[in-house]
Amino acid sequence: MAINILDGNQQDACRLPMKGEKAMGMTMAEKILAAHAGRELVKPGDILTCKVDWAANHDMFFTVGGQTDFDKVIKIANPDRCIIFLDHAVPAPTTKDAEGGIKARRFAKKHGITKMFDVGDHGVIHQMLAERGFALPGKLIACGDSHTCAAGALNSAARGFGPADMLYTWCTGENWYQVAPTILYELTGALPEMVDGKDLFLYIAGVYGDAINKNVEFGGEGVANLSISQRQSVATMCAEINAEFAIFPCDEKLLDYIRDRAVEEFTPVAPDSDAHYHEIRKIDLSRLVPYVALPHFIPDNCQPVTAVEGMPVQQVLLGSCSNGRLEDLAVAAKILQGKKVASGVRMIVTPASQRVYLDALRAGYLETLVEAGAVVTNATCGACYGGHLGLIGSGERCLSTTTRNFKGRLGTPDSEVMLAAPATVAATALTGKITDPRNVQ
Amino acid sequence: MIITGRVWKFGNDINTDLIFPHAAFRVPPEEQIKLVFSDNRPGWAKQVQAGDILVAGRNFGTGSSRPGAVLLKRLGIGCLVANSINGLFFRNCISYGFPSLQCPNVFDAFEEGDIAIIDLLAGSVTNERTGQMLYGSALSESMVDTLKAGGIDELLRDKGYLE
Repeated sequence: MAINILDGNQQDACRLPMKGEKAMGMTMAEKILAAHAGRELVKPGDILTCKVDWAANHDMFFTVGGQTDFDKVIKIANPDRCIIFLDHAVPAPTTKDAEGGIKARRFAKKHGITKMFDVGDHGVIHQMLAERGFALPGKLIACGDSHTCAAGALNSAARGFGPADMLYTWCTGENWYQVAPTILYELTGALPEMVDGKDLFLYIAGVYGDAINKNVEFGGEGVANLSISQRQSVATMCAEINAEFAIFPCDEKLLDYIRDRAVEEFTPVAPDSDAHYHEIRKIDLSRLVPYVALPHFIPDNCQPVTAVEGMPVQQVLLGSCSNGRLEDLAVAAKILQGKKVASGVRMIVTPASQRVYLDALRAGYLETLVEAGAVVTNATCGACYGGHLGLIGSGERCLSTTTRNFKGRLGTPDSEVMLAAPATVAATALTGKITDPRNVQ
Repeated sequence: MIITGRVWKFGNDINTDLIFPHAAFRVPPEEQIKLVFSDNRPGWAKQVQAGDILVAGRNFGTGSSRPGAVLLKRLGIGCLVANSINGLFFRNCISYGFPSLQCPNVFDAFEEGDIAIIDLLAGSVTNERTGQMLYGSALSESMVDTLKAGGIDELLRDKGYLE
């Protein structure tokens, strides 16, 4: 397919080199796309047909009616490269979801898909792609969920597709990509105490707004000071600024994370020294503070926590692919250790996977959180997508570590969702009002 | 591929939860379309006539991978034209055979009820009332072919992947 979705300004910003001008180097996204298209060099605007390393779907692909003709599929290209993760509505909260599970299992059996992660060995799809060693440096990943860019934390080029594109990818093993211009965030310094990767993202979204039809990459010496979990939080959330890909470089920390997980060989990518960026934006991590995303949208709508301190909440939610990992639960457990969730506030904790659940159990974090008055749920997308386990009612406000704060996202249209990092959510649980975690002793 | 129709206007950052509400997940397709924009414009779905056109501001379709495009298509909307469209949503539009076009400044060029004339291959949008013509990002022939085929499922069927 030859597709041009760039507007005039973007085309100008990523023009071809003039005669005699040196061909520009490539960004990480460009390198991964080029490698999977069998091309030496690609540039923004190019349309490529790429072989995909992994194509993953979750239960909604099978549950929501009228999206795909998956039950009419005759053959799929490469069952070994297809993965099914049940995560949104597990264990099934409705009979409709139960039927979706049946269809997923039937499809896997019919087409020989052996990589299926069913109830009991489950977790949120993006956490599972990383945790189980599928998301690896240099890989190209297609997945039927918008937060797929999460795998960019692991030096993968990953983006969400809708059900029709996923069906096409499963059937043919490939899909088309248009190379987008790339914005580079060059990071220096280290985050202060009680400031997290989520705060870095909320700062980016609040100050720079969205990145429609563009890639986002991270670089600079500051990257080394971010944990893998923090990078996952940032990369996941880049779906909310509409980035196509959001990619971190590979370093020793990442290689340590991958070492015992990787299911296959991989080749890390780094940007060329003369890579052409649409824009380079510098951020000193040491100057950041805790941030909050206000209802009902994230880009251009975030404030330092100090600007909204004192607003009452009825619920706090700690979890999701953005912030349901062990490190997130540890932060909350440390803040809530020996203390109680404020009267009139419900605290919901949703680990991102069964493994995170078990690790947090063994580390004592879940015990601490339950003693403080939190409810620990099964590992699922649950409340984050407005499905089950922690929805809110009319007039209620929830401060959440989840991914999205659209109107009515976690419940009724007249409820409010505000987003923050785990420390801010835990501090808020203690007081019942939005609270700066730096002030909690 | 030229499309003409009556305009409905929607603003900036219209998200997928508004287009394809969570409540539509567990109901049959014929019920799903009644829920489009039920939170931000109750009753609107009943007023839509076949061939009507959506004109929107920037970042239409931000949000999830759930394909709001297929609901808009089934509802009878003939085309979406927006200042800009979320990348995932735009893919969904083409893949489901729902015509869509990105055209900077198109939002300000129309009032609700105007007639829009859209040429997808030329990338142009004309307001019949004012005569103003704007240019956006033209679709390629292969994209228009996908639209004409009715979407990716039909292409897969032609290639023998689907029954």
